[in-house]
Amino acid sequence: MSLWRTFKVAWEGLTLNKARSFLTTLGVIIGVGAVIVMMAVSAGAEAEIADQINALGANLIMVMPAMSRGGWGPGAGRPPSLAYDDLAVIEEKVTGINGISADQNTMQDVKGGDTTLEDISIIGTTADFIKVREYAVAEGRFLTDEDNDRTNKVVVLGHDIAQELFGDQGVLGQSVKIGSVKFTVVGVMAEKGVVGNTDYDGQMYVPITVVFKRFTRARFGGNDLRMVYVSAESKETMDDVMAQLNKQIMRVLETTPESPGFALMTQDSIIDAQASTTEAFRNLLAWVAAVSLVVGGIGIMNIMLVSVTERTREIGLRQALGARPRDVQLQFLLEAVMLSLIGGLVGVAAGVGGSYLFNELGTMRTELVPASVPLAFGAAAAIGIFFGYYPATQAAQLDPIVALRRE
Amino acid sequence: MVEHLIEITNLTKIYGTGEIAVHALRGVSMVVEEGEFIAIMGPSGSGKSTLMNILGCLDRPTGGAYVLDGEDVSRLSKDKLAGVRNRKIGFVFQSYNLLPRLTAAKNVLLPLLYKSREPLTDGECHERAVAALESVGLGDRVHHRPNELSGGQQQRVAIARALVNNPSIILADEPTGNLDTQSSEEILELLHQLHERGATIVMVTHEPGLAGHAERVLFLQDGQIVSDKLNGKRRKGGKI
Repeated sequence: MSLWRTFKVAWEGLTLNKARSFLTTLGVIIGVGAVIVMMAVSAGAEAEIADQINALGANLIMVMPAMSRGGWGPGAGRPPSLAYDDLAVIEEKVTGINGISADQNTMQDVKGGDTTLEDISIIGTTADFIKVREYAVAEGRFLTDEDNDRTNKVVVLGHDIAQELFGDQGVLGQSVKIGSVKFTVVGVMAEKGVVGNTDYDGQMYVPITVVFKRFTRARFGGNDLRMVYVSAESKETMDDVMAQLNKQIMRVLETTPESPGFALMTQDSIIDAQASTTEAFRNLLAWVAAVSLVVGGIGIMNIMLVSVTERTREIGLRQALGARPRDVQLQFLLEAVMLSLIGGLVGVAAGVGGSYLFNELGTMRTELVPASVPLAFGAAAAIGIFFGYYPATQAAQLDPIVALRRE
Repeated sequence: MVEHLIEITNLTKIYGTGEIAVHALRGVSMVVEEGEFIAIMGPSGSGKSTLMNILGCLDRPTGGAYVLDGEDVSRLSKDKLAGVRNRKIGFVFQSYNLLPRLTAAKNVLLPLLYKSREPLTDGECHERAVAALESVGLGDRVHHRPNELSGGQQQRVAIARALVNNPSIILADEPTGNLDTQSSEEILELLHQLHERGATIVMVTHEPGLAGHAERVLFLQDGQIVSDKLNGKRRKGGKI
């Protein structure tokens, strides 16, 4: 029998029991959909992380003072830390850098115009902040070195904060009360949105020296830089800049390589650290999806075995009328393959649609992996052949005499 | 030497081995000429079903030779046997064996789908199925499904299916076993007509009354042919 005719016969077999055929394909639909959605979810998660890291700024090196790590326990005195004045020293000694900045933050209630906002992140930082973090001012100006040197009580508002406090009125020159200190608005930042857990548009930026003087002085380590950001001139000079930073910061802190008192991080090192986490995540999802595909395949095999048993007489009849074992085998194999391919097609639609929907509804970020569609579909076809082969062979090996006698 | 349509020589069939071996056929020899209408009779266990299965190429003999239409089919592979069944044999079963989901025409054209030599187009298949249905008097039931037909009509569809590929021989296994008297008469009449048109028919039955309609009756007992008689009252046309 020709392939096309066998195909038609197999199709008739499937439509014989539509509800059952549908329920059987459901397993494959779920499996294929799961493969596509899960690959999209993990690709989305990776993209999210990469975006967050890249959003920190280009060729960025972060200097993390090691806080109380590395032997500076209670009674050992203050842990070594970097102060505002150290920035100038580092900037002068280290070559090949594009900019250097630092921050120290505080949470304060803010009052501007008639509006009071509670618990707003106040970022104390320096002039190079927008350079190293690739951020821009929409209106007015950003903080300057002079602001820090003179501890000027000036503030640059995040985009949303400016809207909430002053709406569409002129913002520049307005005064804002942070805690109990009055500041003058000198600029408004461009819109940046939420990156990672940070809502950049909901923050305010003030000179770091003002934060030390007015807000954190009383705190332990109140004058310490929380984090120092250095941007290298290019990707190629990163290693060199890091070597110089290591040397200079140890000199400033008077520490040794065994216990430097700080750590350097780059985007690459963060991405590397994240990669192992996301890879484990991705592998787990791949396994879950693969298992559901296999379960779908077992469902197909199960129903095909039932079908072969139910249609034993039909098989015997076809054999009597001239069907060769391979004709019977092909007929049932095609039924299984069609079940899984239809399941695959619907599953692809469900997977692509599901990924899109997750994204749209904001449940989680997904990025459709184009390769996942042929992969999942091919896996469905392979599963149809693999799990259809055994029942089809059973059917082909039936003895026509026995099969015809079956009630 | 005259070519016989069927020539079987010293056919044996043994199921199982050793102590539990069952000798279903113990050396059966016979010749069937083209155009004969033969009834095979015998009590249950006599081996008539086994003989029928071997004649129908559904089973292979343990020993002996079976030459069908000049071809020794006793040692063919399963695939080759399927081809022989398709080209040369038309089966009529006691329980019709129609596929309930298919129309009469689709049931009838089933054998044509498995025709590997000179395959027909869908249109040709349908035409031949309709022609076969017309030849059994069911030209107006082409698109009916089995459950819309009476038992006699269903068996006539099955006969049309047996005819559609112009087989060398029609094998009917208790063709009226599931039918009432009226329908049985109709089916026998139809077989007669086919015989008159030149078809070779071998029919298995255990009803002596039915066997009387054949022109030759073979009687099987304990795996051997114990009698092979021409029916004296052989009828040429006319009513039963």
